Amino acid sequence: MLLHTVNKSPFERNTLESCLRVCEDGAGILLIEDGVYGALDNTAVADLIKKRMGNIKFYVLGPDIDARGLANQTMIEGIESVDFGGFVDLVEKHSATQSWL
Amino acid sequence: MEEEWDEDGPEVVKRFMYVNRKAPYGTVYALEMLEKVLIAAAFEQDVHVVFMDDGVYQLKKGQETKGVNMKNFSPTFRALEGYDVEKLYAEKESLEARGLTVDDLVVPVEVLTSEELKALMSKQEVILTA
Repeated sequence: MLLHTVNKSPFERNTLESCLRVCEDGAGILLIEDGVYGALDNTAVADLIKKRMGNIKFYVLGPDIDARGLANQTMIEGIESVDFGGFVDLVEKHSATQSWL
Repeated sequence: MEEEWDEDGPEVVKRFMYVNRKAPYGTVYALEMLEKVLIAAAFEQDVHVVFMDDGVYQLKKGQETKGVNMKNFSPTFRALEGYDVEKLYAEKESLEARGLTVDDLVVPVEVLTSEELKALMSKQEVILTA
């Protein structure tokens, strides 16, 4: 199974949407850099992730959440926060990583 | 000088997928991606080239770049066959969203639905996207 990383805000680009369109059930998606805005709940784009929750495992990079002042915001339920070590573990346990730009 | 490999071909062949998602001239991504495809081809890897989102515009016929003083690299896609890069795919949904059909493209491609692309993508060993 693949690990996908998405580093663009879903409000600015369609990257997350395209990733989800070709992402197999069972795969993992890690939101990093500006991609972490996609992990917030109660937004216009939150349904993108909610619709696939349970079929795809979603992760968010905690340091990028913290850097953007989002630590106290409500995240979409079911998204797991990882640190950089966790990022490495995710890369290691998937068959390949697709880094969406 | 002795080569790492010669007539026998490369020791390791991996399934590489290059996913083109950007239009050709606004940024340098598309051209750079083509360079990367050629590198993998030189090493005789199993190369798959995908065009989705605005990446399908890279294949649009009739590109004429003299007026913007940039190199028109679309003819290079037709030359890929000469490097044994023959696995070209375009996503159906991306073509349709832009009112394009295979007749609008400079090179023959296999049109895949996102479901089909999903399956092909998950079999790859290395994926590079831009």
